[in-house]
Formats: sequence, C-alpha cells, structure tokens
Amino acid sequence: MKRFTYVRAVSIDQAIESLSVHPDAKLLAGGTNLVDLMKYDVATPTTIIDINDLPLREISETADGGLRIGALVTNSDVAVHPSVARHYPLLASAILAGASAQLRNAATVAGNLMQRTRCSYFYDVLTPCNKRAPGSGCPARPGLNRNHAILGASELCVATHPSDMCVALAAIGATIIVQGPNGLRAIPLADFHRLPGDAPEKDTTLFGNEVILGIELPPVLEHHRYSYLKIRDRLSYAFAIVSAAVWLTIDDEAAISTAQIALGGVAHKPWRNTAAEALLIGRPASRVNFEQFASMLLSGAVALSENDFKIDLARRTVVRALEQAASRTPQSQSDKRIH
Amino acid sequence: MAAAPNTAHRVAYTINGVIRVATVEPGVTLLDLLREEFDLTGTKKGCDHGQCGACTVLMNGHRINSCLVLAVSRSGSVVTTIEGIGTSDGLHPLQEAFVKHDALQCGYCTPGQICSAIGLISEGTAKTRDEIREGMSGNLCRCGAYTGIVDAIEEVMAAVSDAESLP
Amino acid sequence: MDQEQTVTGKSIFRIDGPPKVRGEAKYAAEYKVPDLLHAYVVTASIAKGRILSIDLSAARQFPGVVEILSHKNRPWFWPVSFLYKDAAGPPGKPFMPLYDDRVHFSGQPVALVIAESYEAARDAAALVGVTYKAEPHATDLARSPAFIPRKHRIGVAPVPHPTGDADRAFASAPVKIEAAYTTSPENHHPMELFATTVEWGDNIVTVYDKTQSPKSVELFLKVAFRLIGRKVRVVSSYVGGGFGLGLRPQQSVFLAVMAAKSLKRSVRLVLPRDHMFALGYRANTVQTVSLAADEKGRLQAIRHKAIAATSQFEDAQDPILLFSASLYRCDNVKLNYELAKLDTVSPCDMRAPGAATGMFALESAMDELAYALGADPLALRLTNYTERDQSENRPFSSKALRECYAQGSERFGWDKRSHAPRSMREDKELIGWGMATGAWEAAMSPAPARAEVRLRSDGKFEVTSSITDIGTGTYTILSQIAADELETPIERIVVRLGDSALPFNPIQGGSWTAATSGAAVQSACRKLKAKITSQAKKAGVLDRRPGTELLSASALADLLKLRRGGELSATGTMFSPPFGKRFSSATHAAVFAEVRVDEELSVVRVTRIVCAVAAGRILNPTTARSQIIGATVMGIGKALHEDTAYDHNLGRCMAHSFGDYHIPSNADVYDIDVVFVDETDTQVSPLGVKGVGEIGVVAVAPAIANAIFHATGQRMRDLPITIDRLARARSRAS
Repeated sequence: MKRFTYVRAVSIDQAIESLSVHPDAKLLAGGTNLVDLMKYDVATPTTIIDINDLPLREISETADGGLRIGALVTNSDVAVHPSVARHYPLLASAILAGASAQLRNAATVAGNLMQRTRCSYFYDVLTPCNKRAPGSGCPARPGLNRNHAILGASELCVATHPSDMCVALAAIGATIIVQGPNGLRAIPLADFHRLPGDAPEKDTTLFGNEVILGIELPPVLEHHRYSYLKIRDRLSYAFAIVSAAVWLTIDDEAAISTAQIALGGVAHKPWRNTAAEALLIGRPASRVNFEQFASMLLSGAVALSENDFKIDLARRTVVRALEQAASRTPQSQSDKRIH
Repeated sequence: MAAAPNTAHRVAYTINGVIRVATVEPGVTLLDLLREEFDLTGTKKGCDHGQCGACTVLMNGHRINSCLVLAVSRSGSVVTTIEGIGTSDGLHPLQEAFVKHDALQCGYCTPGQICSAIGLISEGTAKTRDEIREGMSGNLCRCGAYTGIVDAIEEVMAAVSDAESLP
Repeated sequence: MDQEQTVTGKSIFRIDGPPKVRGEAKYAAEYKVPDLLHAYVVTASIAKGRILSIDLSAARQFPGVVEILSHKNRPWFWPVSFLYKDAAGPPGKPFMPLYDDRVHFSGQPVALVIAESYEAARDAAALVGVTYKAEPHATDLARSPAFIPRKHRIGVAPVPHPTGDADRAFASAPVKIEAAYTTSPENHHPMELFATTVEWGDNIVTVYDKTQSPKSVELFLKVAFRLIGRKVRVVSSYVGGGFGLGLRPQQSVFLAVMAAKSLKRSVRLVLPRDHMFALGYRANTVQTVSLAADEKGRLQAIRHKAIAATSQFEDAQDPILLFSASLYRCDNVKLNYELAKLDTVSPCDMRAPGAATGMFALESAMDELAYALGADPLALRLTNYTERDQSENRPFSSKALRECYAQGSERFGWDKRSHAPRSMREDKELIGWGMATGAWEAAMSPAPARAEVRLRSDGKFEVTSSITDIGTGTYTILSQIAADELETPIERIVVRLGDSALPFNPIQGGSWTAATSGAAVQSACRKLKAKITSQAKKAGVLDRRPGTELLSASALADLLKLRRGGELSATGTMFSPPFGKRFSSATHAAVFAEVRVDEELSVVRVTRIVCAVAAGRILNPTTARSQIIGATVMGIGKALHEDTAYDHNLGRCMAHSFGDYHIPSNADVYDIDVVFVDETDTQVSPLGVKGVGEIGVVAVAPAIANAIFHATGQRMRDLPITIDRLARARSRAS
C-alpha cells in the first residue's frame, strides 16, 4: 500500500475542494473496493478523503414520486428499505445477488457505482494492463478472457463492470446526482459508466473533483414485474458471468407496456439497447418475442478467444429473466433453483 | 485539514465493551489493529481482501469484514469480536451449537462464522435453510463444515424464535 | 471397563471445539513475541530467467525498514541441495528461496523486506524494483514433452506392473471405450494463511509454524540453517487446515528463519493469499483410459495412461494409477505414468494425491463402459468386484466395499433411477444420478511414532506427541484412546500436540495419523497402566471393583502421595507393521450424487450426496463424519469450480484470490449423507483403524461428472465442469 495522507471531510464543499487541491486523491466511503485495491497497489492515492461524516445517509421520496438514496447508504440498507423492497424490488434483488452480507453492510451506493473491474490482470501490478497502467498493453485479449466483455470492448480493454446494483439501476433508469465546484449535476445512469474506447483508465464520466451525492429513482412504476437473474461460477459470492435485470409492465391486453432490460457482466458498463426495448412495446409477453429481443440485444456481440459461450448464455439469461418477470416469479436470491 | 503522509492518528474503539485507544498509521486496517495491537487474535486473517469472511466482526451491530476497514476511518465504533461473545465461563448458544454440530474442523474460519451467524440472526431475514446458506456464503470454510454450520444456526434460530413467541 | 463405558467409537464432541469457538486457539501468526519484526515477500513477475538487478533504494529509505534480503545478501547457504531435503520431498533439488539469481517460476520469492511493522514491510515491498532477463518458459501441460520419471519418489506406491496383454485383449473385446480426460491444477488453500513466527533466542529458537509436521520442520531447520548447536523448537498447537500443503517445510518458515538468523531478531512472516498459489498445487493431468469388457460386462482390459505436471527442479509424483490395477477384477492391465516439466513451483500432495485425479478418469470411464454395455453403473462395479488385490496378488486386510455399494445405494434410492440419460426432470431442471467408487491407501506411517503419557500430580493423565491436529480431530481421538486404555473418564485426559519438543511423530498425512499416533498412545497407556497397577498393588491402594475406573480419585491421590510428588510416565512407540507384504490395505467408498442441471443456462446444483465409507474402525463418528463431509465439499470444488488459471503467454498463475479461484461456498453445499459401514480389520493397524482424512474426496468428482452425464447426456471429461464447458458441450450436441 502506498503511503497516503488521510483527511476527513466535514462538508461536501470541503470534500470537493480537497479533490480540487489533490487531483490524485480518492474518496473513502465503505472502502470495500478501494482498500482492497490499495492493498494490491492498484489504487495508489496520495490522499484519502474520508467522506463518512457527510450527511448522505438518507433515503427519501422525491417530489415526483421517486426515491432519492444518499451516496453513503449501505447496500444492505438500500436492499431492506421498505420503499425499495416495495417499489423497486429489482434493485433490492440485484443488491442481494451481489457480494456477501458483510460486504453489503459496509459497501455504499456511491462505492458500488465506482466499483472497478475484477479483471485479474487489472488486479495484478506485475502484469501489463491498459486500465491500470495506460499504454502497457492488454494481456487479457490474447490470454485469459473467459469472463471478459462481449459488448462494447475496445482494442485496449476488454474488462467488464462487476456491479449487480448498477445493472438494476440501469434497468430502472436511475439518475446519479453529483456535485462539483460549479454546482449540482444529474447524470443518467446510462451515461455514468463509459465504454473503454481509447481511455480504458476512465470508468465513468464523473469529473475528478465531483462528489456523488446520491441516486434518484424515477417515479414508482405501478404493476411492475421484475427479475434479476445472475449466472456465476458458484451459487453465491461470485461475480456475474452474465446477469440480466428486467423491469417490465404488461397491460390489460397482455401486451408489454414497459420494457427496460439491462445486462451485467458483458461490458464495461451495464448494457441496454433502448431500440430493441422499444420493439417489445405493444407485443405479447411471449417467448418468441423475448428471444427476438435477446438476439437484438446481443447483436453487436463479439467473442474473444475464450468467451464465445457468453454470447449465447447472455441471450438465454435475458430470455429466462423476461419469462420470470412476465410470470411474476422473479428469481429468488436464496433459493438457487432457476424457474 | 492538511497532514503529512502516514501521520499517525489517534483512534478509539469500544471493543467488547472496553474502550481501547491506539495510535495508528492510516494504512492500518481494523483487522490488523485487533490482531497486532490489541492482541485480539480470535479475529482471523484468511485473505485480507474481503473474499473469505474469516475476519468478520460486528461493528455497531452489523457484521462486516474487518480487513477492509481502515482503522482510522471508523474510530468511535462499537466492535464485538469473538472474544466478546459468550462469557468467561459459558459459551454463547451459537458457540455451543457449533461444538454440538461439529460445525468446525481446523477452527480458523470459526470465529468469523460465529460473528457472521450472530449478524445473520439479528438481521432477521433468514428463515429457511436456503436463506441461511445464502446468508452465510460470505464465510468460506475449506474444511467444508457448511452442513454443520447450517444445522447449528438453524437450531439457535429456532430457539430464539421460540423464546420470542413466549407469552 | 465394559463396552458401555468406553468412549472410543463414540461420538465425543471435538475437545478442541471450545477453544476454537471462543477464538482462543492460537495459530502460527498469533503468538505474542517481544521485539518482533515483520517480513513481507517480493515475488517474481516472470516464469523463467535471471534477476538482473534489484533496486532497493526507495524501499530501504522507507520508515521502519530494517533489512531487505535477496540472493545478493542472504546469509550463507549450504551449496548442496540434499541438505535441504525434507521427509516429503520428491526427487530433485528442493526449491530454496533467495538462493541465486535464477527464476524458476512466476511468484517465486526474490526479496524479503523486514521491518518494524507489518504495514512497513508490506508497503516497502511494493517499492522494490526488480529487473529480469526473461527466457522462454513453458507452463502449458498440453504442449510440454512427457517423460518417464527416472527416480521414483520414496514413500509413494510405485506404478503397478502390467499384467496379461492389455493391448491384445482390448483389440479383441466386443465392448470397449477409450477416452481422454484432463484435470486442472488445484490449490489447497487452507483458510489459515501460511505463517511463521520465529522467537529468536541465543540458545533456543522457537518457531511457531503452520505445518503438518513440527518434527520435520525442526530437523529441516537444524540442517538447512546450521542450527545444530541450538535448541530448535517448532510449535504448531493449532493448524488452520493443511490438506497437504503443510507436508513440506514451506517458503514461509524458510524465509522467516533466514531473516531471524541473519538479524538475530524475532520475525513474523505471514504470506498473503495470492502467494499461496506459488507454494504448491495438485498436479494437472492429461489422462487416457481404455476399458474393454465381454458382453456380460466382465472387464477384459484396462489401460490407463497419465501425464502429470511437475516443476523443472523436482519430479513430483503422485499415485495417480494406484487403484487402476487393483480396484476391479481384470487380467490384462497396462499403466503408463509420465511427467511433464513446467516452469512452475513443484506440485505438492493435496488430499488423496493422485487417487483423486486418477480415479476421476477411471470412474468416469467405468460409467462410459456401463453405458456402452447398457448396464447399470453400479451393477458393472459389482460384476467386476474383486476380493483380492490382483496387481499385488494378495488379499486385502479387509474390504467392505460391497457393503458400501449396498448401503450407499439404498440410502440414496439408486434402485429408483431410470437408466437413460435425460430421463429425469423436474420443472426446468434435468436431474442426474451418478455414482463412483473411491479408494485410498490405508497405511501406517513408514517412520515410527512415539507418544508419552504421564500421571500428573493433579491426577490428570497428560498425553503428549509432536503430531499436529490440522482440524482432523486428532486431539479428540487420542483422548478417547487414552481414556479407554487407562480406564479413566475422558475428562481426566489432557492431550498436548503440535510441538517438536514432544515425542517424535512423523508428518500428519497419508490418512495414517489415527492409526499411527493412536497406536503409539495406546502403547504408552498400556505401559503406564501396568506401572500404575503394580505400584498401586505394592502400595496397597489398588481399589478395584468391576466396572469402575482403573484408580479412583482417592486411590490416585494416595498413590501420588506415596511417590512424594514424583510423576509416573511411560512412552509408547509404534513401528510400522511387518505384515505389510502379506496384505493389501485400502479404505473404500461408494459415492452417489444427485445433480440438477438447468440445461438452458448450464447451471449445475449438487443437491444430494450419499457417501458410504469402509474405513475399518471409526474412533469417533462425529469427527470422522466431518472429515468425510469436508472432503466431499472439496470434491464438489474439484468437480465444478477449482482451476488455478495460468496465462501461458506470461507463464503466470492469474488466480490470485478467492475471487479468481472459487472454492465451494455455503450455498453450493446441500445435503451430504455419510454412512460408515462396519468393517472389522485386525490386520491393518493395532487399533483396527484405516484413516478417514482422504477417502472422502476421491469419488466425488467422478460421481458428479457421471450424474451430469445422466442428467444431460453430455460426457464431461475435463475438470472442473464449468458453465462454459457445459454450454459448449450442449451447443456441440444440438
């Protein structure tokens, strides 16, 4: 771990100011990913700004009937909050599909948004990695890439975003509220994480001196149907190979009236295709339509040397999650049978 | 707000009911503080990266991985470690149940399992064996004592809910 | 004492349970030692080559750093490798950390930072800059030339000789199968990190170490570090799992003692989890099995070839083919065992080494043969059941495998199985039932073992032995044996283990500890009992009524009073039995597994396992059952999860953590049912014990693979059976 200066921010303004003064500073919240990365010398901030005293632990209703969740609310507290459990069960389910109870008790909403890839080259400072050390190369492309990206990857980076929570937020259509020196900014989740392109070292569109204040969930979607289906290498406590978050409504004529679907584990960000979603609207919630949608969602997928199976698996996972949502039998995160 | 790198910081924790203070560099984790400074070695280091659960303690009532907490960050917290569970002459019901169901072999993951199980029971969301299994999956056991661990927790949970349902 | 009162064979709670659940049990890194320094290892990034330079300038200036050792400034070593040999080492030159500028494997220690605090050592280690001259490396078993090992590894059963003419029999048989199988490298990963605390004294060096043999570590250190004149004491009272990785003195103890000796200070070294991938692994293999049978399913030929990975510097050897010639009746057997050298650390015995790997191939092949014959897989095993070890042409000391099949299949409900693959389904899941046979050596330690028992002045009997308890239940079973031999309540027995200052025991491995150390304890207790009886008789304090303990508390007190505080003790020694040649001895198991496969998504759940075990006398059903359950869980990991992934371009193990190397979590483990069948064996060991530490793992992976075949119709010949492999098999089939 690189030596660093530890400071504790007493206000949001002060945290922003500190970030401006120390460009390589990192904000510390739950620490479950940052401390992990610092121990591996992957993250080497010279300053740590501890934001745990900031007043960002509230969950409250927004004026338009949505929900605002403070940046420092723990993942566990989000998952068990009555409003989340009732109105956004997809979010609760996705959070409970991730990590372990211990990690969820410490990890925060903002930290989860800022989670970095679990690519094993990124984590190993004795190997090259364009995300960690820009320009050093990507050994995953010719090497071990069984669980790397099939969508939106670049020549420089094939890493995936590891979060479950963010996949649900992408499907629900959350907005990230951030504050910088020039005031507040609202970033739709879809625009928050970025594709690697020619700057894989940048995970998000957040500026270096901005602080996440929280997330806003859109107004409650009446009669929602949902499922979060996660496929992984063991039945718990593992990152996704593929996951699908489905947020759906079906009208009285049995036609799909809302279709918001995101994929996890397949790209540098939660993956959505709104054009494909639009084609589902007004159509019956049938397997054939789901399969057609899934094919379109995966249409741009490109396999690396070891992860060809993920394309088909992602397709099947989306179809199943859609079926689960449509039939109001969302995937349980403790009963591992997949209905 | 400015300070030199690695400036030592004063921290105070209430650990197992006793206020403990120490001076730590900012890179010291709660786990290393417990083990190296306070000699509370019941909390184990199994991976140091939040991937095994051996370092689980209860912080302000919640189970967390102490290996990922910078000690300087959570000063003022109330921490319960395995040494604070049970009394000097008696075992906590979970400790007893772990012995009874042989829910351990080498014993290295055991303190973390027990702290985690206490957290699980107080969270109150796990009722079925499936839910216990999932709720305890953040605690790896290479000796493979999982079935005994679930048996032990199930038994204690039943006793707790019996006690609660008493008139 | 009558049967009612004996404790051996009964389910006694683990006596080390209370200190462990309280967190009081101390492991190697947990001893408080004054004036302690902390060490941290710098490791190599290349697989093969030379160290050109080591830049220590930044690290040396780091506050708190005391010393940085590398091959350039390490203390003097013996220049000959045989002085670094250990009891469990294979032929070759043992790896010596910081010996010279050669890099033998990625992850090899190249420098050791020693500092006043753990954090200073860790953080300074990151500042050490090493440059290398890399050479072409080989880490891919499939691309490495194989050879027959020139020197046989001592202590490992040799490859059985060929019998009959397997090639001809195979060619002419009516029913046959031939298939290639592969297994991935696996890592032991006990939950406790490998750690050593060295308390350096001018006369006594106390080494708290994570090992499965304090005695061999002591001997190793005395020779390797020229500590002959000093007293070296290795303490391992509690060991947080071993699974074989602690059979050899590890890099941690080597480096920690090296640091302590050169600084004349006490030093602690805790290896991080990522470093534990570079300590040793279960060798990956490529295997081919050919089986031929007549129309009735009687085996006509067995050919089994295995190529296993080893390092460049040692020829690690496992008994992969040990049971291929003896498990079934067959007159024509041909076995080939080869190694391939890789630029990795040496493989290190891992729970049922060899057998767990070889039996995966053999028992998968038996299932394939059963389907080729249209026979029930269990019936095929029974058709080929043998009461004699054909490869050695001698009987078994006992073999209740038939009972394992019978009781295991009944418990499982095997008779309700429908034979055809893909014929069982519930909801979206295909259900598969598979079975496999397991076998493991029932050996006693080839080296003698000793134990001492003494009557203390507080009236308790103290049993001592240098053997460890790595979670196996050794403390508990030795207490039980002593209690019964001394005809005294178990509460009056105190057992002290895991200390090289205590009576000599070899390594805790080979599933032989219960039989070996147990016999030594039995012998010591018998001698002490004779002494006590005669002295008590002389003193007139023997107050014996039938069914009571040997000496009542008051009689003991009288006896001790007469001896004026002097204690009574006796030492027992167990020499390896001379009858080994007349019998073959093995433990057996039959494992029945149920899997549920979501075929569309390639997700497998192992929902039920029944493991029936014949292991001679079971000293403690509770701790023995836990051993079998635990080994079964490890078998689930072997079947579905565990793979130490190598990047062959970099020659580097890219599994660094429990995030990259999955072992089963609680959610992966459903019902495991263990049955111990009765098996009386008066030949195998003085206690009639065969050992249960390893047999549990052997048949699990093939039983699961066979169950997956039954569920899906896909024959999975490569371990682990991960989602990608299942998905590809499905898409190939459709």
